[in-house]
Amino acid sequence: MNIPTDLKYTESHEWVRREEDGSLTVGITEYAQDALGDIVFVELPQVGKAFTAGDDAAVVESVKAASDIYAPVSGTVLAVNQPVADAPDSINQDAYGAWLFKLTPSDAGAYDKLLDADAYGKTTDH
Amino acid sequence: MTLKATPLNSAHRALGAKMVDFGGWDMPVNYGSQIEEHNAVRGDAGMFDVSHMCVVDVRGANIRAFLRGLLANNVDKLQAPGKALYSCMLNPEGGVIDDLIVYFLAEDWFRIVVNAGTADKDVAWMNQHNSATNSGLTITQRRDGNDPIALIAVQGPNARAKVWQVLPTTQAATENIKPFNVAIVADTAFGEAMVARTGYTGEDGFEIGVPAGQAEALWNALLAAGVKPAGLGARDTLRLEAGMNLYGQDMDDTVNPLDAGLAWTIDLVSERDFIGKAALQAKGQQAQFVGLILREKGGILRAHQKVVAASGNEGEITSGTFSPSMQQAIALARVPMDVAVGDTVHVIIRDKQLAASVVKLPFVRNGKVLAA
Repeated sequence: MNIPTDLKYTESHEWVRREEDGSLTVGITEYAQDALGDIVFVELPQVGKAFTAGDDAAVVESVKAASDIYAPVSGTVLAVNQPVADAPDSINQDAYGAWLFKLTPSDAGAYDKLLDADAYGKTTDH
Repeated sequence: MTLKATPLNSAHRALGAKMVDFGGWDMPVNYGSQIEEHNAVRGDAGMFDVSHMCVVDVRGANIRAFLRGLLANNVDKLQAPGKALYSCMLNPEGGVIDDLIVYFLAEDWFRIVVNAGTADKDVAWMNQHNSATNSGLTITQRRDGNDPIALIAVQGPNARAKVWQVLPTTQAATENIKPFNVAIVADTAFGEAMVARTGYTGEDGFEIGVPAGQAEALWNALLAAGVKPAGLGARDTLRLEAGMNLYGQDMDDTVNPLDAGLAWTIDLVSERDFIGKAALQAKGQQAQFVGLILREKGGILRAHQKVVAASGNEGEITSGTFSPSMQQAIALARVPMDVAVGDTVHVIIRDKQLAASVVKLPFVRNGKVLAA
């Protein structure tokens, strides 16, 4: 299963990318979309909403299960990816391209504490 | 705990199936996309390994008297050999022990197919009733142990044609059988084959039983004939669209079948007594079983979500999903008696109350969407 090395990860299967301007882009991993199966519904947060790390930020539902997506770090929602909400199966097609929301982190250093590809890979080895 | 495996376990793994623990069985939930598999069944032909379900053979004299007491539906509807009947088996409180299909093969041989998770309970119950009534019948489960039968359900508008391609010697015996009938054909390329025009998808097709040792060869032959493998994920969306109950979810041994949309399978009209009859007559129907279609965005309908009627009375969804054929969230729900088809109710999903329409079942039949 693909785990890009230029991204960071959480144990709850979110991937995170730090952009040049310091904002963070968040989505769910290939492992997560495979486990969920065909995704049929996505609920994105409101732009401007503030989250603490670990808060419910979004919902992804497949035919068989609803899955909460958590804010990987504390921050404020900068943007959401409406086209993905309109075409939920794009997450199955391209998990790392189909980002869900962008955050302005409240602590720039929090990103560095997330799991790297190796560490995340270990959590998915059964 | 090791999971139980059907004779087709390696075949599923060879196809790259995503395997899950289904009630203690190692079963395929999909082979890539359950939505694609669902669509293949509605539009062409798909097949399901249902060998975790259990064939039970009942042999002896006067099986009818035995089944008249055991089953809620009336086996006297089975007069022509080959005819089948969908029935519930109830406990004395009127709760559902299982739902099943009984096939009349001969006066001294009836075959019953029961659910996977309830098979042991069902056979024990039948044996108990056999002893209690001194019926002297031989009741043999055909899943675990000697001489097992494996089951493959081939479903879809092209299913029967594909089955005849692979089992040509069954065509003469099955070409003209109506739905809910079965033929047993000896000496096919895969041994003795039971071919029943039954299914759990709302499409036409055959459910086939062959000796377990032949299952993989039959599966591969059907694959080569272009039948698409379909897993438990697709099985659930198909049966839900078809308005078909799932035991353990839509009803169980604490649920009155009259409250689960199963009144049509309970014969309360004839004089015949059967286990659970008195309890049902005393209770009557206390809830309605309806279809719901979600009308507002906000999630997917799922089991256990609360349903709020206009009156404020509450019900509950028993099964919910996203319908690939309708591209909408749909559900089966147990609701108060004051709810009518055509009403708008609200379903509580996370922190929202979302509007849903109450519709008559089924949602889809023979590839056509009936409920809108």
